[in-house]
Amino acid sequence: MTVRVQQPAFDLGAEANSFAAGHSEMGAMVTFAGIVRDLAQGDLDRMVIEHYPGMTERALEKIAREAKERWSLGNVLVIHRYGEMAPGEQIMMVATLAPHRKDAFEAAEFLMDYLKSRAPFWKKEFTSGGADWVASKAEDEDALTRW
Amino acid sequence: MDVLYFAWVRERIGMPKETVETKAATVMELVEELRAREERYEAAFADLSALRVAVDQDLTEFDAPLKGAREVAFFPPMTGG
Repeated sequence: MTVRVQQPAFDLGAEANSFAAGHSEMGAMVTFAGIVRDLAQGDLDRMVIEHYPGMTERALEKIAREAKERWSLGNVLVIHRYGEMAPGEQIMMVATLAPHRKDAFEAAEFLMDYLKSRAPFWKKEFTSGGADWVASKAEDEDALTRW
Repeated sequence: MDVLYFAWVRERIGMPKETVETKAATVMELVEELRAREERYEAAFADLSALRVAVDQDLTEFDAPLKGAREVAFFPPMTGG
């Protein structure tokens, strides 16, 4: 299980390959990457992500540990960036490695659902109209009830 | 006790962290003490349903006890991912 909170960009392909290396008994790997999205086509200048150093790592490790307890997983990887990012940049990734795809897919979804509303990150969007903190969505909270 | 603020709570209060001398027994009592201080605290804590709290880096509720706590953090609902 690896959790990394970092400012620099990461290489999704390289991370996925090194994560899966040496686990030939694992038949399935799922990766997910979150990307800075420009909802108003060309209006988003940048996004800044703030986090709570210390609590962030604790929260992500707790979520990853729980995923490992609930599904049959060979390994879990979570990388989440903070600081300034341009539209199109990758914000974060999760990867799950499992003997079979069902566990890998479900665990990745679980990780994403919890990470969205239980890991202390806050996004601020800078557009031509000013700067706004991204509001949380009720459906993000609702998503947790299915687990 | 260290009190930390994040995102728009930090912006409204105007600082990321401060050390507070308090005898507050619960998070809610601490909030009341802070609110009574200055307008900017009142503005930040006006709607508690829009806020989350962590005690010693664990998410908790506003009625949580503060006995032995070293660090309390206030912030809006998280938007990770």
